[in-house]
Amino acid sequence: MILDDWKDYKRVFLTLATPGSLWMLLFFIIPMAFLFVLSFSSKAIVDGETSTTAYDYFNTVSNYVAAGGESYLVLLWRAIWTGTIATAICLALAYPLAMAVCFAPSKLRPLLLLLLILPFWINLLIRTYAMYSIFRTTGVVNQTLGIVGLGPYEMLNNSPAVIMGLVYVYLPFMVLPLYSTIEKLDRSFLEASLDLGATQATTFWRVTWPLTLPGVITGIILVFIPCLGTFLTSDILGGPNNWNIGNAIQNQFLEANNWPFGAALSFILMYATFVALIVRALFARRSRGVDA
Amino acid sequence: MSVNLKPGQGPLDYARRPWIIALFAAVLLFLYAPIASLIVFSFNVDKSGVWHGFTFMNYVKAWHNEQIFYALSNSLTIALISTFFSTILGAMTALTLWRFKFPFKNAYEGFVALPIVVPEICMGISLSMFFSYTGMMGAVRDWVWPLNLINIIFAHIAFSFPFVAVVVRSRLVGFNRQLEEASKDLGATELQTFMNVLVPFMAPALVASALLAFTLSLDDFVITLFTSGPGSVTFPVKIYGMVKRGVDMQINAASTVLIVITLAATLIAMKMQAPEKSGH
Repeated sequence: MILDDWKDYKRVFLTLATPGSLWMLLFFIIPMAFLFVLSFSSKAIVDGETSTTAYDYFNTVSNYVAAGGESYLVLLWRAIWTGTIATAICLALAYPLAMAVCFAPSKLRPLLLLLLILPFWINLLIRTYAMYSIFRTTGVVNQTLGIVGLGPYEMLNNSPAVIMGLVYVYLPFMVLPLYSTIEKLDRSFLEASLDLGATQATTFWRVTWPLTLPGVITGIILVFIPCLGTFLTSDILGGPNNWNIGNAIQNQFLEANNWPFGAALSFILMYATFVALIVRALFARRSRGVDA
Repeated sequence: MSVNLKPGQGPLDYARRPWIIALFAAVLLFLYAPIASLIVFSFNVDKSGVWHGFTFMNYVKAWHNEQIFYALSNSLTIALISTFFSTILGAMTALTLWRFKFPFKNAYEGFVALPIVVPEICMGISLSMFFSYTGMMGAVRDWVWPLNLINIIFAHIAFSFPFVAVVVRSRLVGFNRQLEEASKDLGATELQTFMNVLVPFMAPALVASALLAFTLSLDDFVITLFTSGPGSVTFPVKIYGMVKRGVDMQINAASTVLIVITLAATLIAMKMQAPEKSGH
């Protein structure tokens, strides 16, 4: 399609572009810039006392140094590995499911897909609470086990509970991109491979998997990034011993009241996110499969 | 060579392999059992995990619980207002990106999509500081309802209009610009062409993205937690406070109501967005 040059329609262009840009500037860029500045700042000393409202801007990297301390690295590390395991489980579950939807009779396809992604629309907090209430010690799972004389078991407040919660919440994010790449896959490639004597496993690893890699990568990013920043799942299902960096950030702002430090933690999380996005872009450039 | 294949044995018959069907069923159970149990127990007489009898009492109590009622009406008000504005802003952004070429267009595109990828907690915190620092957090506290919700509304517009832009833009790709030229050739002004040609074409995407913005706003917990004050609690924030104090069947009742509202909005949105049947 031929695009109009903005210079030929200056008035129309400015009318259309200004409101969104202004909104982004005011409620996204400026706040983020401020957070960035604050991450390099410290609380001001006024009359010999540490002020609660005033800051000395851009005078220190001590927040990042403190964030690099062992106790906080543990939280970031925990976010990364719980996120990695949850993403791997999502992929292992979602791939066969997406295959099943794509190879199902075309009449059934929309319904099957809808069933897999519908829970995504239900409030995150409600879903997490639902998990919490069935797995608590007096919840329906333990009560049922009680009938056959087992338990009650402590099923929450541990990292498997957090991972299970993350899988529960983010599985639809993995299913969607996988579905859209597998759907575009040319089946004659698979038939050719099978006809020429390759086994199902060989066909999968040599044909299907490489061709659907872009969808896999998109899915991994869509699941892994929100897992990194999660704090609701780890808070409700994991309890204080399973906090990750998201909980630490929340705590600095809502309880400990050390904003510069919280800002530094937030930006560490942002840098981690951007690294994940860059990795995705690099992979996307290298693989030449079906576009996600 | 002809072999009689049973269902599930055809070389590409993946959907009927027994292990895939079993996996599918197990995952659906995993996805829906917690929600089903939440809804079922909203009718239970007590808050244990055992069924002790059917009652509507939890719904009546939640309805008369002023805080829950207030939080739910806040949530709906915020969702309605922010949906209206984010649909307009998002559609304008989509039109800009679709119609024009301009310097740094790729950078601008990435910039508009940022709220979609940035961790919610970072956005929530930056907005919270922005509002505190500019004095808006304190100022709106004493404003009359619904103006005291204005910070949350600003924040919700900021994270939902990029989603609207994505949806509307993908619809615009299918637009034939000759229709626009025809309209202008026939003497319509730029504005008339826009209102009579482009807006009707965008309509299904506008409805779908408005409903998307509505559910995004109703769903949001993290950003709202940081931008709300004591007087502007929304439903998810209220539930969070209640969950921290333990399980209460009023939460189940109120959640069930919210699930019904969101699912209805979602299903309508999907109907609107579904490709038209061939033969039109």
